[in-house]
Amino acid sequence: MAIINMSMLLELKNVTQTYGAQPVVQDLSLALEEGVIACLLGPSGCGKTTVLRCIAGFEDIHTGEIRLSGSIVSLPGYCLPPERRRISMVFQDYALFPHLTVAGNIRFGLDQLAPAERTRRVEELLEIVGLPGTAGRYPHELSGGQQQRVALARALAPRPRLMLLDEPFSNLDIDLRERLGIEVRELLKREGITALVVTHDQREAFAMADAIGIMHQGYIQQWGTPYDIYHRPVNRFVADFVGQGTLLPGKVLNAHQVQIELGVFEGDFSAPPGAMVDVLIRPDDIVHDDDSPCLATILHKTFRGAEILYTLALANGTRLLSSVPSHHDHPLGERLGIRVDIPHVVAFARK
Amino acid sequence: MSTDLLDIRQITGHRLARKFSIWRLLSLLVATLVLVPIGVVLWSLLTPSSDIWEHLVVNVLPGVLNNTFWLVLGVGTGTALLGVSLAWLTGVCEFPGQRFFAWSLLLPLALPAYVMAFVAVGLLDFTGPVQTALRSWFGSVWFPPIRSRGGVILVMTLALYPYVYLIARNAFLTQGKRALEAAQSLGCSRRRAFFRVALPLARPWIVAGVALVIMETLADFGTVSVFNYDTFTTAIYKAWFSLFSLPAALQLASVLILIVFAAIVLEQQTRTRIRYTQTGRPSPQHDRIILQGWSRWAATLYCALILTVAFIIPVGQLLLWAAQVYAQDLDARYWGFLWHSLLLAGGTALTASAVALIIAYAGRRHRDIAMRATNRLATLGYALPGPVLAVGVYAPVAWFDNLIIDGTRHYLHIEIGQVLGGTLLVMLLAYLARFLAVGYNPIDSHMQRITTSVDDAAHIFGVRGFAMLRRVHLPMLKGGLLTAVTLVFVDVMKEMPITLMTRPFGWDTLAIRIFEMTAEGEWQRAALPAVALVLAGLIPILLLTRNGDH
Repeated sequence: MAIINMSMLLELKNVTQTYGAQPVVQDLSLALEEGVIACLLGPSGCGKTTVLRCIAGFEDIHTGEIRLSGSIVSLPGYCLPPERRRISMVFQDYALFPHLTVAGNIRFGLDQLAPAERTRRVEELLEIVGLPGTAGRYPHELSGGQQQRVALARALAPRPRLMLLDEPFSNLDIDLRERLGIEVRELLKREGITALVVTHDQREAFAMADAIGIMHQGYIQQWGTPYDIYHRPVNRFVADFVGQGTLLPGKVLNAHQVQIELGVFEGDFSAPPGAMVDVLIRPDDIVHDDDSPCLATILHKTFRGAEILYTLALANGTRLLSSVPSHHDHPLGERLGIRVDIPHVVAFARK
Repeated sequence: MSTDLLDIRQITGHRLARKFSIWRLLSLLVATLVLVPIGVVLWSLLTPSSDIWEHLVVNVLPGVLNNTFWLVLGVGTGTALLGVSLAWLTGVCEFPGQRFFAWSLLLPLALPAYVMAFVAVGLLDFTGPVQTALRSWFGSVWFPPIRSRGGVILVMTLALYPYVYLIARNAFLTQGKRALEAAQSLGCSRRRAFFRVALPLARPWIVAGVALVIMETLADFGTVSVFNYDTFTTAIYKAWFSLFSLPAALQLASVLILIVFAAIVLEQQTRTRIRYTQTGRPSPQHDRIILQGWSRWAATLYCALILTVAFIIPVGQLLLWAAQVYAQDLDARYWGFLWHSLLLAGGTALTASAVALIIAYAGRRHRDIAMRATNRLATLGYALPGPVLAVGVYAPVAWFDNLIIDGTRHYLHIEIGQVLGGTLLVMLLAYLARFLAVGYNPIDSHMQRITTSVDDAAHIFGVRGFAMLRRVHLPMLKGGLLTAVTLVFVDVMKEMPITLMTRPFGWDTLAIRIFEMTAEGEWQRAALPAVALVLAGLIPILLLTRNGDH
């Protein structure tokens, strides 16, 4: 991965960062094209925030290099100071200056502009983030979502070439998170800002990102589009961390076919014919179909609003998850007709 | 690509800049201010001159050690009993006047112990109003002598119990009633639950409070002077100003410093334990043990008695005396004392707070063991008794002066006097060393409440170093700074031994005036300056009780 390419805005090549003796980030490479919104998704403690801090210039790196627009900003023993990288950052706790007004906060990074220009830019930004008329308010007078937007406006103010967002919505209500995620994505796209978001919330990642990197134990496990991450995970960790699903035992028939209890499915398999594998089935791969000859008993159900998540048992006891539109309400114990709808299945070697 | 050919000097330069920052240097400099006096004093322990040491061992140390031992034991026990019992009553129980006593029992903090001492002696001595009245009613009666070991212990206990009270009360408030109820549900009576659950839970706090009291007792100079009760502090003073022997003073200081270190170790150890045992939230008012029957009024009576003896009577007597003498004593000289006190207290308060701000910021910038150790050392001075600091600062200054005097005499053939000795600078340095921690603690605790991402946010816009301190931290630290300035100000107002031993000629303060008047037994004439000190002393208590509200 990470072919050094002059058109890339941000490149990390084999970056390692250790804290004491313990590596936090290991041999990490990634590249962002201009205008892309990417997301590092991983459980807490996986090193994703450290990656962000290395890119920002708050942390030294111990191996590898970081480039912005092709020029080196970090090497082992060299670290261009954050203020000279033309990047900006939105912090998890927003880090607004409580003693300054909204306008004062946004103006903080605009020292180099003339006063009149500064005021104009502040108004423009408040318009962009949808908070006109709040210039004179103090951060503590605003709601969490409004504070978030002020933090965003402050980060946008100096027209950075790259914006870093560290768990930007984790302090907000769950409802608000996804909505703001979409809003912020539109805003960044409109302004043409390249951004790297760090989060542990997959819904946030799916709402915002063009590309997602799944991080675990200091490594990037998989880098791809949200669709690929969900439907074509490269290993068990990614399959388990993103979304729900079950692993069914299967037997590889040839390089492109696998046999499981529910039938024969297409995919790309590296295991030799005859090898036993685990095949990933997502809840949305199992479709409710009354005409299907394949029946499964409902063991458990969770009402989720738009859909119902059923836990089903096949004739031989194998369990499956199925997500079905919530109008299809069936009692526990009923036998449901199901059909598998997967164009391309993923299988992992048996442990 | 030009940026690939990075100058190797730039790389190494950057590394060095990270290791040796100006902040480390500043904080080391401040720590030196405390380390030099400690070093000088301890050095004299390692290099005893045999004849002085012999004289001290035979004539001074036995009495002083004996006195100190009983004083520490008596005041430690007394403040523990008084402080814990009052804290339990006002913190956990409900009885008539409980809310009033909760804050008013802190009031004795406003009285410097030496003020309470001279009021007690003035009141209860043979010629005082109490004994005179008793004699006129009953003829000759036996009255326990106030100028005795018991008298000192009693007065210092009454003056210092609020330290234990305050800390133990916090402990009882935060441990709440749940633990007690759990014990009662397991079959403990309420009395047994107190001794088996509440008291052991609060032990680290109580020990920390008593350790503070012990440090204050060891550092006390004014109170024991009033009673002519010789301890290390007065012995150091006498060795220097009566025997004119700086080496003897240093020797005594070195022994005292060892005892103080033992108290520090005790306090620090319990402090870390507190962090692990802190649980629960303050229990709400309705969650209290409601005292029934006679114990209700016994509790009220007990609290009222302590408040009367430790605050109302002393302050009443002070005001009475002040009223008698103010016509003749409230003259230009008095305003001079007041002016000196205000000037020194104000100057030190501002300097100490500024220095504390700098080292607190340094500690924020460099979160490593070396930095923590440096700041810990820099704020160690609060534990050092004033006379120890006075000799510890004066000795190196005198040595430096002699070097210059000898040098100019030898090379330039000119006779000059002291350059630094006897200047305000010496006294201010000693003040700073002693009171830096007083200013540092509130500033640092406010600083720690500011998240580090705020620093990062400023840094990313290129605001760093002193600019960040000024534009970001300073405005956010207003409350902490105000507390720091106030606390240092009041402490310097009350300070006696450092001022006494290092002040330049003519720089008498209110505390010095009190020392001089009480040395001559003129209690009434000490009252007027004491009233000013008490008024100043009320300010931090107001701050304390106001903060306690939220």
